[in-house]
Amino acid sequence: MALDLSPFDRELLRGAHGRAAAFAMRLLVRFAEAVGARAFIDIEGAHVDGCLYHGRASLDFAERMVELGGKVRAPTTLNVGSVDLIHPELFRGTKEHAEKGARLMRAHVELGCAPTFTCAPYQSAWRPRFGAQIAWGESNAIAFANSVIGARTNRYGDFIDLSCAMTGRAPAYGLHLKENRFARALVEIESFPDDWDSERLAVAVGHTVGRRCGGLIPAIVGLDPEMYEDDLKALGAAAASSGAVALFHVIDRTPEAPNLETACGGLKPDLHLQLTSEGLREAARSLSSAADEAPLGAVSLGTPHFSIDQFARLLPLLDDERLLIDIFVNCSRATLEEVRARGWEDLLKAARVTLVTDTCVYVSALLQAGVGTVMTNSGKCAYYAPSNLRVQVAYGSLAECVASARAGKVVRL
Amino acid sequence: MSLRGFDAATLVPGAASGPILRLDEPLSFWGGLDSATGTIIDRLHPQAGASVARAVLMMPGGRGSSSGSATLAEALRLGKGPAAILMLERDPIVVVGAMVAAELYGLQCPVVAARRQDWMELAAAASLTLEAGPDGAAIRADP
Repeated sequence: MALDLSPFDRELLRGAHGRAAAFAMRLLVRFAEAVGARAFIDIEGAHVDGCLYHGRASLDFAERMVELGGKVRAPTTLNVGSVDLIHPELFRGTKEHAEKGARLMRAHVELGCAPTFTCAPYQSAWRPRFGAQIAWGESNAIAFANSVIGARTNRYGDFIDLSCAMTGRAPAYGLHLKENRFARALVEIESFPDDWDSERLAVAVGHTVGRRCGGLIPAIVGLDPEMYEDDLKALGAAAASSGAVALFHVIDRTPEAPNLETACGGLKPDLHLQLTSEGLREAARSLSSAADEAPLGAVSLGTPHFSIDQFARLLPLLDDERLLIDIFVNCSRATLEEVRARGWEDLLKAARVTLVTDTCVYVSALLQAGVGTVMTNSGKCAYYAPSNLRVQVAYGSLAECVASARAGKVVRL
Repeated sequence: MSLRGFDAATLVPGAASGPILRLDEPLSFWGGLDSATGTIIDRLHPQAGASVARAVLMMPGGRGSSSGSATLAEALRLGKGPAAILMLERDPIVVVGAMVAAELYGLQCPVVAARRQDWMELAAAASLTLEAGPDGAAIRADP
């Protein structure tokens, strides 16, 4: 089962396309051998999750690629960084962290990556097409690209996403191959709370699927085929946080799942889950560590990054009265431009909404020390914020988040 | 002192020796290892609090997370990483982390896949010496 290198792969390895590409290809060959790939394939694009500063090794890696004169060989977007370069005044961390974070972001841009700094590159002009072979990092983006778009990527992480971008190649294994994309777990939604909006249902289902499906690709039956694309985004983000979900199928909605048989490739699933109202309520409850009525420090929306449609749903919930506490909304630069073009930025600011770009509240130092409890409409933010930010978290619907920001405490509707 | 030799497969080349730290459960380096100290910080891991620094780390497999390579590379950069890693499964996250440390800093942390039938015998040794070359690896066990 040896790895078969193409003439181009060999050119990359011997440095015919530069020393940076050769370095990247050396890493990719070892990686491919470890995962048992037999060949490499061309990719149409990459999304690199290398801009969050976690230590010198990642910065040294990116800056080494720059020193070696590297440029990406495929269109490449960037995930969030540690700092908001558009609104640097929001950062409350150390100067050193801010500087190293900004350096890491700049190094990636020097390599030819687009300065998108968003965890939702699929909400932009960079959205891949159905069937595209891509190499993406960032768990929610991976889940969205595979599931909602039908593009094909594995879960690429540290160093390897950038190595794929620098070579335009990815190892042909896992979800790049059609035969590995069929569902192996059947998830049936038998009942759900009828007072829930579609986003909360998506989060609760995603959280449950992540916890209970292990490495099996789920086929979910019983969701409304008309649900918002943002609901699918929320579902994938929650499932990729509580578990390792890189691809899910929603029957009658996502592109590789027109019906159950197609989604499963005609095979019988290995696992069968039945979700009920009671279990889903418990899943949603488990995302909150703070009690109802608990005083709130801030509300964070937009994990993954808020879409323009979500802004359109947020605005009618705000009124003329200023909120009692801040709402932070994380979004991409491109979405911020659209918000401005529609004249919404001033309305949001007047209501006490702070727009955060390039980064995200749950991975950056934007909140005041001792902020207390944070409320969010995101299963992903609720999952990670307690350990990342050492805060208590309340999970709730978008409407509950706004009502709570108005009251300064956790409100249930 | 008697020495026994075992054949193994090279995932990342290099030579190293050290006392054994055998993990009872898979460990995600991301969130599970403090790169500044080499200490296992995953509170749910049976070996939480143990140090991987300069040990021959015996870990049958990885934990399937797509992060972790940078944590391993950073621990190696700081001199708090393992001397070598001995696995049963080929974990790409571990391989990439060790490769990056070798490429960026010239630091060797050989990664080797042992044969399943040798595992318990290897684990019974006090320390291991590994030589991993391009054509295969040899492991010597010090009883």
